[in-house]
Amino acid sequence: MSGVRVLVGTRKGAFILTSDKKRKKWKVSGPHFAGWEIYHIQGSAVNPNRLYASQSTGWFGQIIQRSDDGGETWEPVGKDFNYEGDPGTHMFFDGTQHPWEFKRVWLLAPSLTEADTVYAGVEDAALFKSTDGGQTWHELAGLREVKGHLWQPGAGGMCLHTIVQDPSNPKRMFIAISAAGAFRTEDGGETWSPINQGLKSPYELPDAEAEVGHCVHNIAMHPSRPNVLFMQKHWDVMRSDDSGNMWYEVSGNLPSDFGFPIAIHAHEPETIYVVPIKSDSEHFPPDGKLRVYRSRTGGNDWEALTKGLPQEDCYVNILRSAMAVDTLDSCGIYFGTTGGQVYVSSDSGDSWMPIVSNLPAVLSVEVQTLK
Amino acid sequence: MIRVVLPYHLQNLARTGREVEISVEGEPTLRSVLEALELKYPVLRGTIRDQVTGQRRDFIRFFACGQDWSLEPWETPIPAAVLEGREPFRVVGAMSGG
Repeated sequence: MSGVRVLVGTRKGAFILTSDKKRKKWKVSGPHFAGWEIYHIQGSAVNPNRLYASQSTGWFGQIIQRSDDGGETWEPVGKDFNYEGDPGTHMFFDGTQHPWEFKRVWLLAPSLTEADTVYAGVEDAALFKSTDGGQTWHELAGLREVKGHLWQPGAGGMCLHTIVQDPSNPKRMFIAISAAGAFRTEDGGETWSPINQGLKSPYELPDAEAEVGHCVHNIAMHPSRPNVLFMQKHWDVMRSDDSGNMWYEVSGNLPSDFGFPIAIHAHEPETIYVVPIKSDSEHFPPDGKLRVYRSRTGGNDWEALTKGLPQEDCYVNILRSAMAVDTLDSCGIYFGTTGGQVYVSSDSGDSWMPIVSNLPAVLSVEVQTLK
Repeated sequence: MIRVVLPYHLQNLARTGREVEISVEGEPTLRSVLEALELKYPVLRGTIRDQVTGQRRDFIRFFACGQDWSLEPWETPIPAAVLEGREPFRVVGAMSGG
Protein backbone atom coordinates (compact mmCIF):
# COMPACT_ATOMS: atom_id res chain seq x y z
CA MET A 1 0.00 0.00 0.00
CA SER A 2 1.08 3.60 -0.38
CA GLY A 3 0.19 6.05 2.32
CA VAL A 4 1.00 6.09 6.00
CA ARG A 5 1.08 3.60 8.83
CA VAL A 6 0.92 5.08 12.32
CA LEU A 7 2.25 2.87 15.11
CA VAL A 8 0.70 3.67 18.46
CA GLY A 9 1.84 2.25 21.79
CA THR A 10 -0.58 2.59 24.70
CA ARG A 11 -0.99 1.54 28.31
CA LYS A 12 -3.17 -1.36 27.21
CA GLY A 13 -1.92 -2.50 23.84
CA ALA A 14 -0.70 -1.43 20.42
CA PHE A 15 -2.78 0.05 17.62
CA ILE A 16 -1.91 0.44 13.95
CA LEU A 17 -3.64 3.24 12.06
CA THR A 18 -3.42 3.29 8.27
CA SER A 19 -4.52 5.72 5.60
CA ASP A 20 -3.83 6.72 2.03
CA LYS A 21 -1.86 9.85 1.19
CA LYS A 22 -4.83 12.10 1.82
CA ARG A 23 -4.83 11.08 5.49
CA LYS A 24 -8.55 11.73 5.89
CA LYS A 25 -9.99 8.21 6.21
CA TRP A 26 -8.36 5.81 8.60
CA LYS A 27 -8.42 2.12 9.33
CA VAL A 28 -7.73 1.12 12.93
CA SER A 29 -6.15 -2.22 13.77
CA GLY A 30 -5.86 -3.40 17.37
CA PRO A 31 -5.49 -3.76 20.18
CA HIS A 32 -2.45 -5.90 19.56
CA PHE A 33 -1.05 -7.44 22.77
CA ALA A 34 -4.24 -6.36 24.54
CA GLY A 35 -3.82 -5.53 28.17
CA TRP A 36 -0.03 -5.10 28.00
CA GLU A 37 1.84 -1.82 28.11
CA ILE A 38 3.41 -1.04 24.76
CA TYR A 39 6.06 1.55 25.47
CA HIS A 40 7.17 1.73 21.86
CA ILE A 41 6.49 0.24 18.45
CA GLN A 42 8.71 1.17 15.54
CA GLY A 43 9.37 0.09 11.96
CA SER A 44 12.62 -0.41 10.10
CA ALA A 45 13.64 2.16 7.50
CA VAL A 46 15.46 -0.60 5.61
CA ASN A 47 12.54 -3.03 5.60
CA PRO A 48 9.31 -1.15 6.40
CA ASN A 49 7.36 -4.35 6.99
CA ARG A 50 9.64 -5.23 9.87
CA LEU A 51 8.26 -3.81 13.08
CA TYR A 52 9.42 -4.15 16.67
CA ALA A 53 7.29 -3.67 19.77
CA SER A 54 8.27 -3.38 23.40
CA GLN A 55 5.62 -5.23 25.41
CA SER A 56 5.67 -5.32 29.19
CA THR A 57 3.68 -5.38 32.38
CA GLY A 58 4.54 -5.15 36.04
CA TRP A 59 3.23 -8.70 36.41
CA PHE A 60 5.10 -10.57 33.71
CA GLY A 61 8.09 -8.41 32.77
CA GLN A 62 9.50 -7.62 29.36
CA ILE A 63 8.70 -9.17 25.97
CA ILE A 64 9.99 -8.01 22.58
CA GLN A 65 7.75 -8.74 19.60
CA ARG A 66 8.73 -8.62 15.94
CA SER A 67 6.58 -8.54 12.85
CA ASP A 68 7.84 -9.11 9.31
CA ASP A 69 4.55 -8.36 7.60
CA GLY A 70 3.76 -4.85 8.72
CA GLY A 71 2.00 -5.85 11.91
CA GLU A 72 -0.33 -8.54 10.59
CA THR A 73 1.42 -11.24 12.62
CA TRP A 74 3.96 -11.11 15.43
CA GLU A 75 6.53 -13.40 16.98
CA PRO A 76 8.28 -12.92 20.31
CA VAL A 77 12.05 -12.57 19.98
CA GLY A 78 14.83 -12.19 22.53
CA LYS A 79 14.26 -10.52 25.87
CA ASP A 80 17.49 -11.15 27.75
CA PHE A 81 18.84 -7.70 28.54
CA ASN A 82 21.82 -8.54 30.70
CA TYR A 83 24.13 -5.73 31.68
CA GLU A 84 27.73 -6.26 30.66
CA GLY A 85 29.93 -7.44 33.52
CA ASP A 86 29.27 -6.13 37.00
CA PRO A 87 26.72 -3.39 36.37
CA GLY A 88 27.69 -1.47 39.51
CA THR A 89 25.52 1.21 41.05
CA HIS A 90 23.93 4.55 40.31
CA MET A 91 22.58 7.36 42.46
CA PHE A 92 19.18 6.65 43.98
CA PHE A 93 16.42 8.97 45.17
CA ASP A 94 17.72 8.92 48.73
CA GLY A 95 21.27 9.80 47.73
CA THR A 96 22.63 6.30 48.23
CA GLN A 97 24.11 4.12 45.51
CA HIS A 98 21.66 1.58 44.08
CA PRO A 99 22.40 -1.47 41.93
CA TRP A 100 21.59 -1.26 38.24
CA GLU A 101 18.45 -3.35 37.62
CA PHE A 102 16.75 -3.97 34.29
CA LYS A 103 13.10 -2.91 34.36
CA ARG A 104 11.81 -2.38 30.82
CA VAL A 105 12.56 -1.34 27.27
CA TRP A 106 11.46 2.23 26.59
CA LEU A 107 12.50 2.58 22.98
CA LEU A 108 13.39 0.42 19.99
CA ALA A 109 15.39 2.01 17.17
CA PRO A 110 15.98 -0.11 14.06
CA SER A 111 19.22 0.74 12.28
CA LEU A 112 18.91 3.12 9.36
CA THR A 113 21.23 0.94 7.25
CA GLU A 114 21.31 -2.66 8.53
CA ALA A 115 18.11 -4.68 8.24
CA ASP A 116 18.80 -6.94 11.22
CA THR A 117 20.32 -4.36 13.55
CA VAL A 118 18.17 -2.71 16.18
CA TYR A 119 18.95 -0.70 19.31
CA ALA A 120 17.02 -0.74 22.57
CA GLY A 121 16.99 1.98 25.21
CA VAL A 122 16.18 0.52 28.59
CA GLU A 123 15.50 1.33 32.23
CA ASP A 124 17.74 1.28 34.32
CA ALA A 125 19.45 3.36 31.70
CA ALA A 126 21.56 1.50 29.19
CA LEU A 127 21.76 0.95 25.45
CA PHE A 128 21.53 -2.52 23.95
CA LYS A 129 22.16 -3.65 20.39
CA SER A 130 20.98 -6.65 18.42
CA THR A 131 22.40 -7.66 15.06
CA ASP A 132 20.09 -10.63 14.53
CA GLY A 133 16.70 -9.02 14.38
CA GLY A 134 16.17 -8.89 18.11
CA GLN A 135 16.95 -12.51 18.91
CA THR A 136 19.94 -11.67 21.09
CA TRP A 137 21.04 -8.43 22.73
CA HIS A 138 24.32 -7.11 24.06
CA GLU A 139 24.94 -3.94 25.99
CA LEU A 140 27.02 -1.06 24.65
CA ALA A 141 28.44 -0.69 28.12
CA GLY A 142 30.80 2.19 27.40
CA LEU A 143 27.86 4.51 27.87
CA ARG A 144 27.53 3.77 31.57
CA GLU A 145 31.21 4.58 32.05
CA VAL A 146 30.38 8.25 31.53
CA LYS A 147 29.80 9.01 35.20
CA GLY A 148 27.03 6.44 35.46
CA HIS A 149 27.39 6.43 39.23
CA LEU A 150 26.05 10.02 39.22
CA TRP A 151 22.98 9.31 37.11
CA GLN A 152 19.73 9.15 39.01
CA PRO A 153 16.12 8.33 38.19
CA GLY A 154 13.61 11.00 37.30
CA ALA A 155 9.98 10.57 38.30
CA GLY A 156 9.43 8.21 35.37
CA GLY A 157 12.44 6.08 36.19
CA MET A 158 16.06 6.15 35.06
CA CYS A 159 15.36 5.48 31.44
CA LEU A 160 17.19 5.75 28.15
CA HIS A 161 14.30 7.07 26.10
CA THR A 162 15.78 8.76 23.03
CA ILE A 163 18.01 7.32 20.31
CA VAL A 164 18.91 9.52 17.33
CA GLN A 165 21.00 8.02 14.53
CA ASP A 166 23.03 10.16 12.14
CA PRO A 167 21.97 9.13 8.62
CA SER A 168 25.24 10.44 7.18
CA ASN A 169 27.44 8.48 9.59
CA PRO A 170 26.32 5.11 11.00
CA LYS A 171 29.01 5.32 13.68
CA ARG A 172 27.47 8.44 15.20
CA MET A 173 24.48 8.32 17.53
CA PHE A 174 22.93 10.53 20.14
CA ILE A 175 20.97 9.27 23.14
CA ALA A 176 19.20 10.88 26.07
CA ILE A 177 18.54 9.66 29.58
CA SER A 178 16.32 10.91 32.38
CA ALA A 179 17.95 12.16 34.52
CA ALA A 180 21.48 12.00 33.20
CA GLY A 181 21.41 14.10 30.04
CA ALA A 182 22.49 13.70 26.43
CA PHE A 183 25.41 11.65 25.14
CA ARG A 184 27.11 11.11 21.77
CA THR A 185 29.14 8.30 20.28
CA GLU A 186 31.39 8.60 17.24
CA ASP A 187 32.40 4.94 17.11
CA GLY A 188 29.15 3.01 16.92
CA GLY A 189 28.54 2.95 20.64
CA GLU A 190 31.85 1.77 22.05
CA THR A 191 32.73 5.08 23.70
CA TRP A 192 30.56 8.05 24.62
CA SER A 193 30.84 11.70 25.57
CA PRO A 194 28.37 13.79 27.54
CA ILE A 195 27.01 16.65 25.42
CA ASN A 196 25.33 18.86 27.98
CA GLN A 197 27.22 22.14 27.77
CA GLY A 198 24.83 25.04 27.66
CA LEU A 199 22.04 23.19 29.46
CA LYS A 200 20.95 24.89 32.65
CA SER A 201 18.88 23.16 35.32
CA PRO A 202 18.80 25.58 38.27
CA TYR A 203 15.63 24.10 39.75
CA GLU A 204 16.67 20.46 39.48
CA LEU A 205 20.42 20.35 40.12
CA PRO A 206 22.67 21.84 42.82
CA ASP A 207 25.14 22.68 40.04
CA ALA A 208 22.87 24.11 37.36
CA GLU A 209 25.42 23.47 34.63
CA ALA A 210 26.63 20.05 35.71
CA GLU A 211 28.25 17.77 33.14
CA VAL A 212 25.61 15.08 33.75
CA GLY A 213 22.28 14.99 35.57
CA HIS A 214 20.06 17.10 33.31
CA CYS A 215 16.56 15.83 32.63
CA VAL A 216 16.50 15.76 28.84
CA HIS A 217 13.05 14.83 27.57
CA ASN A 218 13.55 14.40 23.83
CA ILE A 219 15.95 15.22 20.98
CA ALA A 220 15.18 15.59 17.26
CA MET A 221 17.40 15.81 14.18
CA HIS A 222 16.53 16.55 10.57
CA PRO A 223 18.22 13.98 8.31
CA SER A 224 19.52 16.65 5.95
CA ARG A 225 21.34 18.51 8.76
CA PRO A 226 22.70 15.94 11.21
CA ASN A 227 24.80 18.51 13.06
CA VAL A 228 21.74 20.49 14.13
CA LEU A 229 19.87 19.09 17.11
CA PHE A 230 16.75 20.31 18.86
CA MET A 231 15.97 19.36 22.44
CA GLN A 232 12.95 19.56 24.69
CA LYS A 233 14.41 19.59 28.16
CA HIS A 234 12.46 19.31 31.41
CA TRP A 235 12.31 23.08 31.19
CA ASP A 236 13.67 24.90 28.11
CA VAL A 237 13.64 24.18 24.40
CA MET A 238 17.25 24.03 23.26
CA ARG A 239 19.20 23.96 20.02
CA SER A 240 22.72 22.91 19.06
CA ASP A 241 24.38 23.71 15.75
CA ASP A 242 27.50 21.64 16.40
CA SER A 243 26.28 18.11 17.16
CA GLY A 244 25.65 18.84 20.80
CA ASN A 245 28.98 20.42 21.72
CA MET A 246 27.10 23.52 22.84
CA TRP A 247 23.39 24.16 23.36
CA TYR A 248 21.50 27.43 23.45
CA GLU A 249 17.94 28.20 24.38
CA VAL A 250 15.28 28.84 21.74
CA SER A 251 12.18 28.83 23.96
CA GLY A 252 11.37 32.40 22.89
CA ASN A 253 7.70 33.30 23.21
CA LEU A 254 6.35 29.87 24.21
CA PRO A 255 3.66 30.08 26.92
CA SER A 256 5.64 27.42 28.80
CA ASP A 257 8.94 25.87 27.82
CA PHE A 258 8.19 22.70 29.77
CA GLY A 259 7.14 19.76 27.63
CA PHE A 260 8.05 16.33 26.42
CA PRO A 261 8.22 15.71 22.64
CA ILE A 262 9.88 17.74 19.91
CA ALA A 263 9.66 17.11 16.16
CA ILE A 264 10.95 18.59 12.92
CA HIS A 265 9.07 19.13 9.65
CA ALA A 266 10.14 16.52 7.08
CA HIS A 267 10.96 19.06 4.36
CA GLU A 268 11.79 22.22 6.32
CA PRO A 269 14.70 21.71 8.71
CA GLU A 270 14.04 25.02 10.45
CA THR A 271 10.40 24.21 11.18
CA ILE A 272 10.00 22.56 14.57
CA TYR A 273 7.09 21.55 16.78
CA VAL A 274 6.59 21.30 20.53
CA VAL A 275 3.56 20.89 22.79
CA PRO A 276 3.92 23.17 25.83
CA ILE A 277 2.86 21.73 29.16
CA LYS A 278 2.10 24.00 32.08
CA SER A 279 4.84 22.85 34.45
CA ASP A 280 6.65 19.92 36.01
CA SER A 281 4.02 19.97 38.74
CA GLU A 282 1.02 20.17 36.41
CA HIS A 283 1.40 17.93 33.39
CA PHE A 284 -1.30 19.38 31.17
CA PRO A 285 -1.55 22.19 28.62
CA PRO A 286 -1.62 25.77 29.93
CA ASP A 287 -5.14 27.16 30.37
CA GLY A 288 -6.73 23.85 29.36
CA LYS A 289 -5.99 24.62 25.69
CA LEU A 290 -4.28 21.95 23.63
CA ARG A 291 -1.89 23.88 21.42
CA VAL A 292 0.95 22.66 19.28
CA TYR A 293 3.54 25.37 18.79
CA ARG A 294 5.43 25.70 15.52
CA SER A 295 8.54 27.70 14.84
CA ARG A 296 9.53 28.27 11.22
CA THR A 297 12.77 29.93 12.29
CA GLY A 298 14.46 27.11 14.16
CA GLY A 299 13.16 28.38 17.48
CA ASN A 300 12.51 31.60 19.40
CA ASP A 301 9.54 32.72 17.28
CA TRP A 302 6.61 30.40 17.87
CA GLU A 303 3.02 30.35 16.68
CA ALA A 304 0.15 28.47 18.29
CA LEU A 305 -1.58 25.85 16.14
CA THR A 306 -5.11 25.35 17.42
CA LYS A 307 -7.47 24.62 14.54
CA GLY A 308 -9.19 21.33 15.29
CA LEU A 309 -7.66 20.96 18.76
CA PRO A 310 -9.70 21.38 21.97
CA GLN A 311 -9.37 24.92 23.30
CA GLU A 312 -11.11 24.50 26.62
CA ASP A 313 -11.10 22.00 29.47
CA CYS A 314 -8.30 19.92 28.02
CA TYR A 315 -6.02 18.39 30.63
CA VAL A 316 -4.16 15.62 28.85
CA ASN A 317 -0.42 15.18 28.54
CA ILE A 318 1.66 14.37 25.46
CA LEU A 319 4.53 12.07 26.32
CA ARG A 320 8.05 12.28 24.94
CA SER A 321 7.75 9.58 22.29
CA ALA A 322 4.22 10.48 21.27
CA MET A 323 4.86 12.87 18.37
CA ALA A 324 6.10 12.03 14.87
CA VAL A 325 6.04 13.26 11.28
CA ASP A 326 5.52 11.61 7.92
CA THR A 327 7.44 12.52 4.77
CA LEU A 328 4.49 13.19 2.47
CA ASP A 329 3.92 16.53 0.83
CA SER A 330 2.53 18.38 2.74
CA CYS A 331 4.19 17.01 5.83
CA GLY A 332 1.91 15.19 8.27
CA ILE A 333 2.31 15.77 12.01
CA TYR A 334 0.93 13.27 14.52
CA PHE A 335 0.68 13.16 18.29
CA GLY A 336 -1.03 11.06 20.92
CA THR A 337 -2.33 12.05 24.33
CA THR A 338 -2.70 10.45 27.72
CA GLY A 339 -6.44 10.86 27.13
CA GLY A 340 -6.32 8.36 24.29
CA GLN A 341 -6.58 10.70 21.32
CA VAL A 342 -4.29 10.52 18.30
CA TYR A 343 -4.37 13.69 16.22
CA VAL A 344 -3.14 14.21 12.68
CA SER A 345 -2.41 17.32 10.71
CA SER A 346 -1.99 16.70 6.99
CA ASP A 347 -1.01 20.32 6.33
CA SER A 348 2.12 20.79 8.43
CA GLY A 349 0.17 21.73 11.53
CA ASP A 350 -2.25 24.32 10.17
CA SER A 351 -5.27 22.17 11.03
CA TRP A 352 -5.85 18.99 13.01
CA MET A 353 -8.32 16.14 13.28
CA PRO A 354 -8.52 13.20 15.65
CA ILE A 355 -7.87 9.82 14.05
CA VAL A 356 -9.06 8.06 17.20
CA SER A 357 -10.42 9.56 20.40
CA ASN A 358 -10.80 6.85 22.98
CA LEU A 359 -7.71 4.69 23.09
CA PRO A 360 -5.92 3.89 26.33
CA ALA A 361 -3.31 6.47 27.35
CA VAL A 362 -0.91 6.89 24.45
CA LEU A 363 2.74 6.24 25.25
CA SER A 364 4.28 6.50 21.80
CA VAL A 365 3.48 7.42 18.21
CA GLU A 366 5.63 6.60 15.20
CA VAL A 367 4.82 7.02 11.52
CA GLN A 368 5.89 5.11 8.46
CA THR A 369 5.49 6.67 5.04
CA LEU A 370 4.85 3.79 2.65
CA LYS A 371 5.68 3.92 -1.04
CA MET B 1 1.27 -35.36 33.67
CA ILE B 2 1.11 -32.20 35.71
CA ARG B 3 -1.63 -29.76 34.85
CA VAL B 4 -0.65 -26.09 35.00
CA VAL B 5 -3.22 -23.32 34.80
CA LEU B 6 -1.81 -20.12 33.36
CA PRO B 7 -3.06 -16.55 33.82
CA TYR B 8 -4.86 -15.01 30.86
CA HIS B 9 -1.96 -12.93 29.53
CA LEU B 10 0.46 -15.85 29.61
CA GLN B 11 -2.07 -18.04 27.80
CA ASN B 12 -2.10 -15.46 25.02
CA LEU B 13 1.66 -15.09 25.03
CA ALA B 14 2.33 -18.82 24.86
CA ARG B 15 -0.69 -19.37 22.57
CA THR B 16 -2.15 -22.06 24.77
CA GLY B 17 -5.47 -22.73 26.37
CA ARG B 18 -6.16 -22.07 30.02
CA GLU B 19 -4.48 -25.28 31.09
CA VAL B 20 -1.30 -26.94 29.82
CA GLU B 21 0.25 -30.28 30.64
CA ILE B 22 3.89 -30.85 31.42
CA SER B 23 6.01 -33.73 32.57
CA VAL B 24 8.84 -33.35 35.04
CA GLU B 25 12.12 -35.22 35.01
CA GLY B 26 13.40 -36.30 38.44
CA GLU B 27 11.93 -35.12 41.72
CA PRO B 28 8.95 -32.83 41.14
CA THR B 29 9.52 -29.61 43.07
CA LEU B 30 8.34 -26.06 42.61
CA ARG B 31 11.57 -25.36 40.75
CA SER B 32 11.40 -28.37 38.45
CA VAL B 33 7.76 -27.71 37.59
CA LEU B 34 8.58 -24.17 36.52
CA GLU B 35 11.69 -25.29 34.66
CA ALA B 36 9.66 -27.88 32.77
CA LEU B 37 7.03 -25.28 31.97
CA GLU B 38 9.67 -22.86 30.62
CA LEU B 39 11.34 -25.64 28.65
CA LYS B 40 8.08 -26.51 26.90
CA TYR B 41 7.11 -22.86 26.42
CA PRO B 42 10.34 -20.83 26.14
CA VAL B 43 8.42 -17.59 25.69
CA LEU B 44 7.36 -17.90 29.33
CA ARG B 45 10.95 -17.73 30.56
CA GLY B 46 11.29 -14.52 32.52
CA THR B 47 7.56 -13.94 32.85
CA ILE B 48 7.05 -15.97 36.01
CA ARG B 49 10.58 -15.87 37.43
CA ASP B 50 12.93 -12.97 36.77
CA GLN B 51 15.43 -14.26 34.22
CA VAL B 52 18.36 -12.58 35.94
CA THR B 53 17.68 -13.29 39.61
CA GLY B 54 15.59 -16.43 39.14
CA GLN B 55 13.20 -15.14 41.79
CA ARG B 56 9.43 -15.22 41.53
CA ARG B 57 8.08 -12.00 40.13
CA ASP B 58 6.42 -9.81 42.73
CA PHE B 59 2.88 -10.12 41.37
CA ILE B 60 2.95 -13.85 40.64
CA ARG B 61 1.53 -16.43 43.01
CA PHE B 62 1.45 -20.23 42.97
CA PHE B 63 -1.68 -21.93 44.24
CA ALA B 64 -2.39 -25.66 44.51
CA CYS B 65 -4.74 -27.78 46.59
CA GLY B 66 -6.23 -24.73 48.26
CA GLN B 67 -2.86 -23.47 49.50
CA ASP B 68 -0.50 -20.67 48.57
CA TRP B 69 2.90 -22.13 47.71
CA SER B 70 4.44 -18.84 46.61
CA LEU B 71 6.65 -18.32 49.63
CA GLU B 72 7.85 -21.90 49.95
CA PRO B 73 11.46 -22.76 49.07
CA TRP B 74 12.06 -23.73 45.46
CA GLU B 75 12.98 -27.29 46.45
CA THR B 76 9.60 -27.90 48.10
CA PRO B 77 8.03 -31.08 46.65
CA ILE B 78 4.75 -30.46 44.94
CA PRO B 79 1.66 -32.14 46.42
CA ALA B 80 0.82 -35.66 45.35
CA ALA B 81 -2.57 -34.55 44.01
CA VAL B 82 -0.80 -32.21 41.57
CA LEU B 83 1.75 -34.83 40.60
CA GLU B 84 -1.05 -37.28 39.86
CA GLY B 85 -2.99 -34.73 37.83
CA ARG B 86 -5.98 -34.69 40.17
CA GLU B 87 -5.39 -31.03 41.04
CA PRO B 88 -3.88 -28.28 38.85
CA PHE B 89 -0.88 -26.17 39.72
CA ARG B 90 -2.07 -22.62 39.29
CA VAL B 91 0.17 -19.73 38.25
CA VAL B 92 -1.74 -16.62 39.25
CA GLY B 93 -1.33 -12.96 38.38
CA ALA B 94 -1.95 -11.38 41.76
CA MET B 95 -4.62 -8.75 42.31
CA SER B 96 -2.80 -5.45 42.04
CA GLY B 97 -3.52 -1.99 40.78
CA GLY B 98 -6.81 -0.51 39.70
